[in-house]
Amino acid sequence: MTGCCPPADAAPPAGAPGDEEVRLASHAISPTLLQTHLSVPSAHCGACIAAIEKALLALPGVSAARLNLSTRRVAVQWRRDGPVPPFFKALRDAGYEATLFSFQEKEEDPEFTRLLRATAVAGFAAMNIMLLSVSVWSGADAGTRHAFHMISALLALPAIGYSGRIFFRSAWSALRRGRTNMDVPISIGILATLGLSLHDTLRNEPHAYFDAVVSLTFFLLIGRTLDHMMRRRARTAIVGLARIMPRGATVLSPSGERSYRELRDIAPGETVIVAAGERIPLDGIVQEGTAELDAAIVTGEAEPVAARPGEAVSAGMLNLSGALTIRVTHKAEDSFLAEMVRMMEAAEGSRSRYRRIADRAAGLYAPVIHTLAFAAFASWMAATGDWHRSLTVAVSVLIITCPCALGLAVPMVQVVAARRLFEQGIALKEGSALERLAQVDTVVFDKTGTLTRGELRLAGHTATGRDLAAAVALAARSHHPAARAIASLKGAPQPLAARNVVEHAGLGIEGEVYGIRYRLGRPSWALGGGSAPGGKTMSALSRQGAPAGMFAFADAPRADAKAAVDHLRSRNVSMEILSGDGEQAVTAVAQQVGITDFTSALLPADKVRRLEELRRLGRKALMVGDGLNDAPALAAAHVSMAPGTAAEVGRNAADLVFLNGALGAVPKALGIAHRAARLIRQNLGLAIVYNVLVVPLALAGQVTPLLAAVAMSLSSILVVANALRMPADGADWRTPSGSTPKLAEAMS
Amino acid sequence: MSYLVWLIPIALLMGITALLAFLWSLRRGQYEDLDGAAERILLDAEDDRPLRERHEG
Repeated sequence: MTGCCPPADAAPPAGAPGDEEVRLASHAISPTLLQTHLSVPSAHCGACIAAIEKALLALPGVSAARLNLSTRRVAVQWRRDGPVPPFFKALRDAGYEATLFSFQEKEEDPEFTRLLRATAVAGFAAMNIMLLSVSVWSGADAGTRHAFHMISALLALPAIGYSGRIFFRSAWSALRRGRTNMDVPISIGILATLGLSLHDTLRNEPHAYFDAVVSLTFFLLIGRTLDHMMRRRARTAIVGLARIMPRGATVLSPSGERSYRELRDIAPGETVIVAAGERIPLDGIVQEGTAELDAAIVTGEAEPVAARPGEAVSAGMLNLSGALTIRVTHKAEDSFLAEMVRMMEAAEGSRSRYRRIADRAAGLYAPVIHTLAFAAFASWMAATGDWHRSLTVAVSVLIITCPCALGLAVPMVQVVAARRLFEQGIALKEGSALERLAQVDTVVFDKTGTLTRGELRLAGHTATGRDLAAAVALAARSHHPAARAIASLKGAPQPLAARNVVEHAGLGIEGEVYGIRYRLGRPSWALGGGSAPGGKTMSALSRQGAPAGMFAFADAPRADAKAAVDHLRSRNVSMEILSGDGEQAVTAVAQQVGITDFTSALLPADKVRRLEELRRLGRKALMVGDGLNDAPALAAAHVSMAPGTAAEVGRNAADLVFLNGALGAVPKALGIAHRAARLIRQNLGLAIVYNVLVVPLALAGQVTPLLAAVAMSLSSILVVANALRMPADGADWRTPSGSTPKLAEAMS
Repeated sequence: MSYLVWLIPIALLMGITALLAFLWSLRRGQYEDLDGAAERILLDAEDDRPLRERHEG
């Protein structure tokens, strides 16, 4: 790289995703257009809509932009043949921080739409039948009653046929496999009630339960719809991991020919060429060339490492500068990344063993209801010998014990909690994460990018005046994180024009400013081999070979890291740091935030091992991490959180993503999870009390259609009202928030 | 009794109309951004349709 370096502003702002990543996260909507979703957590008002859409539409190549204020995401459509428009810079200039929203699943969720339609149809039928029933209850004469029952039957039959399928199908598939689930008593109850009511209507009897059976279906479907919203969509962390990897590599044959081949066809011992800006495709040893490698996804370290001939490099590292020739040592399926994929698969498998509270409650509930209804039928049959009477009692037991309240008890609380979390800038992926979060007694932090901001900041410098200006001018020509930190120095003198700039991989950058030769980089190199104070987190500037200043860097802890740690300690949560970084850096951060328990220089597999050890000790660990190197640990932990700035794979592997970049999100989320757990317990308690009160009535044959309707609605309303008691904000962890996002998309 | 012959079908028809209107608006994505819809009424933008409709049209 010589004088034809890209201009300074070509380097994306630190922390923003590169063009390659943006393209990967986009999807094609037409042959010429790509659509990208960006998360803009600070958008909160009508003015934000106008400002954000205007800023994006002003970019060349952007054809449409629309902000969704409920999900705080903006969809941008842009021409795929042009360069990637600088979305993040434009939004930052408009005053909004944005992160890439990776498209995890198709926007259309057919199951959700089906549930909504079924709920709408059941709701329509329930309301109309109730209307007719009210006149029957208030004493319509026999002729009118018969007519109204007939109309109710005409409404109920198609409505149940359409909306009830959701339960029938699930019950049938359970029965076929010789098991039972919540949907079995529901389906039997619905069908038996419908059959009995039809029979009674045709024989002009006084009671018909069409209203009960349709509103039962309606309430159950509401619960089912909410529950579906809280279920995680298929995990795609592994897919994301695979997408990072190049599909092939340029192979250099012994005769000097170059050919591009797929990774799995490249055998150990072959030689591949990796240009600057590409990822190392396979594990290997450097043969020729030197380069700076961004090893963040492997080690989690922010600082680039230098690669020289003879050194081993791992697949996934990003080549920042200089071409490398690498001799492959492992096949694609044995590479570091392939190993990560295997670790994540193993870890995700172990977590799916968790059984949700609602499922556990249903597992207990179904057999009890079956037994009760059957016992009611059998004993009434034995006592009276009247099958019609016995069946009515059994059916009323099934209806009155309908798990309406139970079906709403858990999802309703979780939906409200998810909305509260979202108001605090935390996206929840599934309801069960909330249950798991409430059990947490240990928090495990990653260091780089989690406790710290994950980007190098200038901690101090000794350069002055013109030398400083020269350093800024040189640094502006490099993509190296340390150079970016210098280039973004605030209050720097007017930038000067640097000429004849040469970047030396692994060493530094050299160039002329006002005809004077400057070197900026590794102290030993910039100062011409002289010994220099400080470790590798220092850069030196030299003027004509003479020292002209030193720059010290640090990865600063997040602003509220210490407060968050203190708050967690007051909740009696034990904390530790697991970092891939060197001991010195970890010790410094651990002291700053006040965590005494830390382990450094860990590989991804070591982190997973530690989390499994915690699990064996019976501890419930919350993992907070961001990098690809944390992804297996995020998947292995009891529950996990990642900042919105995390690598795509990290975000996908985590259960919760906090978008506003403040670590205060961790105690906030814990607080909301604890409150949700308490409300869920209360709701389950309410549902049980309700059943204990009404089941004796049903067994005694005292339940009329009116009583069934009132009891059912009342218990559901009670449970919903209790769920809404969830306080609106987390006490001392208040954040200014303009509006309250609706629950619609609190779950990403 | 005779007035019911008219009133009940009318009531049902109105209910069905509302149901169809709901299903239509659901399919057109009108519930995707309720907060945004509330704010957008105050903006002077010329093209305010959801992205997906702009593609169809």
